[in-house]
Amino acid sequence: MSKELIRLQDLIMEFDGERILDGINLYINDHEFLTLLGPSGCGKTTTLRIIGGFLTPTSGKVLFDGKCINEEPAYKRQINTVFQRYALFPHLDVYDNVAFGLRVAKLPKAEIHERVQQMLEVVGLKGYETRRIDALSGGQQQRVAIARALVNRPKVLLLDEPLGALDLRLRKDMQNELKRIQQAMGITFIYVTHDQEEALSMSDTVVVMDKGRIQQIGRPEDIYNEPKNAFVADFIGESNILDGVMLSDYNVRFFGRTFACVDKGFAENEPVDVVIRPEDIDIVPAAEGSLVGTVTGITFKGLNYDIIVEFRGFKWLIQTTDYHGVGEVIGIRLNPEDIHIMHKSAYSGMFGDYSSYSAEYDELTEDAGNEEN
Amino acid sequence: MKKFNRVFTVLIFIFLYVPMAVLIVASFDTGKSLAGFEGFTMQQYVRLFKDRTLLKLLGNSILLSVLASSIATVFGTVAAVGINGLNHRMRKTVMTLTNIPMTNPDIVTGVSLSLLFIFIGTKMLGIRNSLTFWTLLIAHVTFNLPYVILNVMPKLKQMDPSLKDAALDLGCTPLQAFCKVTLPEIMPGVASGAIMAFTMSLDDFVISYFVSGTGFVTLPVQIYTYVKKPLQPKVYAMFTLLFLLILVLMIVMNLLQARGMKKRSAAHAASK
Amino acid sequence: MKKTKSVLLTTPYILWMVAFTLIPLGVVAYYALTDPATGEFSLTNIRELGMYLPVLGSSIWYSLVSSAICLLLGYPVAYYIAHRSPLVQKFLYMLVMLPMCMSFLLRTLAWVGLLQDTGIINRLLGLIGIGPVTLIRTPGAVILGMVYNYLPYMVLPLYSTIVKIDHRLVEAAQDLGCNSRKVFSKVILPLSMPGILSGVTMVFVPAVSTFYISQKLGGTDTVMIGDVIERQFKQGSNPNLGAALSLVLMILVFVCTGIMNRFGGDEEGGVIA
Repeated sequence: MSKELIRLQDLIMEFDGERILDGINLYINDHEFLTLLGPSGCGKTTTLRIIGGFLTPTSGKVLFDGKCINEEPAYKRQINTVFQRYALFPHLDVYDNVAFGLRVAKLPKAEIHERVQQMLEVVGLKGYETRRIDALSGGQQQRVAIARALVNRPKVLLLDEPLGALDLRLRKDMQNELKRIQQAMGITFIYVTHDQEEALSMSDTVVVMDKGRIQQIGRPEDIYNEPKNAFVADFIGESNILDGVMLSDYNVRFFGRTFACVDKGFAENEPVDVVIRPEDIDIVPAAEGSLVGTVTGITFKGLNYDIIVEFRGFKWLIQTTDYHGVGEVIGIRLNPEDIHIMHKSAYSGMFGDYSSYSAEYDELTEDAGNEEN
Repeated sequence: MKKFNRVFTVLIFIFLYVPMAVLIVASFDTGKSLAGFEGFTMQQYVRLFKDRTLLKLLGNSILLSVLASSIATVFGTVAAVGINGLNHRMRKTVMTLTNIPMTNPDIVTGVSLSLLFIFIGTKMLGIRNSLTFWTLLIAHVTFNLPYVILNVMPKLKQMDPSLKDAALDLGCTPLQAFCKVTLPEIMPGVASGAIMAFTMSLDDFVISYFVSGTGFVTLPVQIYTYVKKPLQPKVYAMFTLLFLLILVLMIVMNLLQARGMKKRSAAHAASK
Repeated sequence: MKKTKSVLLTTPYILWMVAFTLIPLGVVAYYALTDPATGEFSLTNIRELGMYLPVLGSSIWYSLVSSAICLLLGYPVAYYIAHRSPLVQKFLYMLVMLPMCMSFLLRTLAWVGLLQDTGIINRLLGLIGIGPVTLIRTPGAVILGMVYNYLPYMVLPLYSTIVKIDHRLVEAAQDLGCNSRKVFSKVILPLSMPGILSGVTMVFVPAVSTFYISQKLGGTDTVMIGDVIERQFKQGSNPNLGAALSLVLMILVFVCTGIMNRFGGDEEGGVIA
């Protein structure tokens, strides 16, 4: 990977005595697409605003190219931002919005013109130069906001939930578009979102945050496959999380049975959280299963069925393409690589139980995430 | 009920406008009395423009209003930006202070300022004529400021705060960000505040009456002292001209606001 | 914006307002409590106030009557304007505001021309064989002058409040069984209350302190507190007594607006909606 560009050192942020960021340590490499992911109020936007220069941390340092830039105001930083609701200037047209930063920098007119045209080309808005901002659709406004920031050729682009206001279809298109632009221009992107799917599909590195702390940093695959604690396991995708005991390397015991797994390095007999992803579970006839349970609920999801299966009073979510009616007794088989072991954490016992699962659950959490500002 | 309201509203507007119509008609009258119309003439307008004293008074009034409203507009806009950034409690305190000249009767404002100027002038500086153009200007700026602030504040509150961040992000210094982004956004409020301040200043009689000395007199104050004798009809001509001026100003202000409204509704439609 | 910067921007304004609104009120109090001849502390002015109680009482009475009439006349007008299309609303709003910007001295003088014994109204009455009726120099003329001058101050805040009432509330009330009279008394009127309170304040305050209207339209029996204050400053020569009277007027107005605010919440600047 390329060299380090930004480093956050022990960032602490307090508003009115309330701690919003609690010791953030993070480095960001040049040309990296890094995503800050977390629920509303986790501190991701605050972190972004500190990097952008709109907030000064209570303590800790922001290093840019090895130099502390805590005292450097926003307008002097080689960083540009795509704001949450775009913040396009309503009194200027598309061209003037994009040219804004270049004019402030007093570049020659010809160069401004060339760069604006080139940028409009990149975002696919050629021919929209004289449009008023309020005559653009949400997707077009989004593109203007990106062009307005990128035309200044910043070293880093900050994006604060830039796709939050778009509908699902447009959001998918813009995700691909953003990734393409980032690769074409070779600029570091720091992206804030509460949408885990967006984070996983676009990023080189995902930083999962909660309660002002970083919970896990890693490549999308690692975050998904090797969550560090119950919070990450639950926030990224669906997870069944059970109490277990690590008997020895590669041997874990839960539900009174011992299973083979691929994890090692735990203390002998250490209590652990066991994560099993719903899509990894194989359903087999009851007689062949290593565990046997009863189906208590089923929801059709399009690609698959979500079924809730009760094992000795504990309810699991299982994703399957086959229909299993309520009341049916089924067996499951767990392969060693499907079982993931985590150390116990403050989040243990808070997540991963589907006793109160309902289809609306997803929507509820989604709404809560949208409220962040 | 609807019909009643319409007829009633028309009657009230007649009630409001009849006295002004009487004055406007009188400005074209050959006779001297307001009560009857004797014959049409433009003579009053000719006389008005030959009357140096009246023109001087009008000039005084306009000079004072332009100066006072300009100072109040600049001063008030800066203050409004500051007030907008204060925390809730401080903002409330400052707004209470802003409301004092609005709620105080004009006569009390006039009396209190004139006593202040006399107190400072006579008792502290030993000047005999402490009421001058400058005291008048201070008084007018003081009662104009709340109008500017109350017009600008709502625009500042409506503005998306991230617009200013965006300007800073794109390399503007805070001052540049204010001039290039904040000011254009709040301009309709600044303009309507300025126009309101100007008309209030131009028409003010009560406060000016107490605060002005003999050196610098405004038109309304002079008109008041005319009451002893019957008014010269050329004053009606001046009223008519001022009526037209204010009408134009009002229309301009309305167009400004209408444009702001259209912008907002268009933005609303686009966001849907 | 950083808080320190906000404070920095606000400070000159605060200083200005303290210097030219708060301190002058203090000076008024100072003059009210000093002897005109010696300049020593004295309660003479305060003691003399008793003489002016009847004048103060009638000023309050005239203003209250004017406020009530303004409310009765202004409400239907405001209601009518609030239910027009936005463009018509703008236009009518402007028509209401325009008189406020024109010289109220001359407009009051126009009423003299209308009301006097040989005035326009009496001439018209004469044509149909009535008259001449004594209209001017009566308490009625003073109240008419007040209503005429301050009616716009009633209509504008009323309008701003009524126009904000959500029409769905009216529909909800109808849905719940209210006829149009009940819709008005149970929904529209209570929701108009802030506008009514601010309108009444905005008429009452200038009305109670006026001196020009009563001088031009009133007689010897309609002297207002404003007249007395004006005379002390401009014709008589007892500014100290004038200051004491101003102080009384100011306290009266602050008590009134305080009461209004208590009922109406803190609606800021009703005229400028």
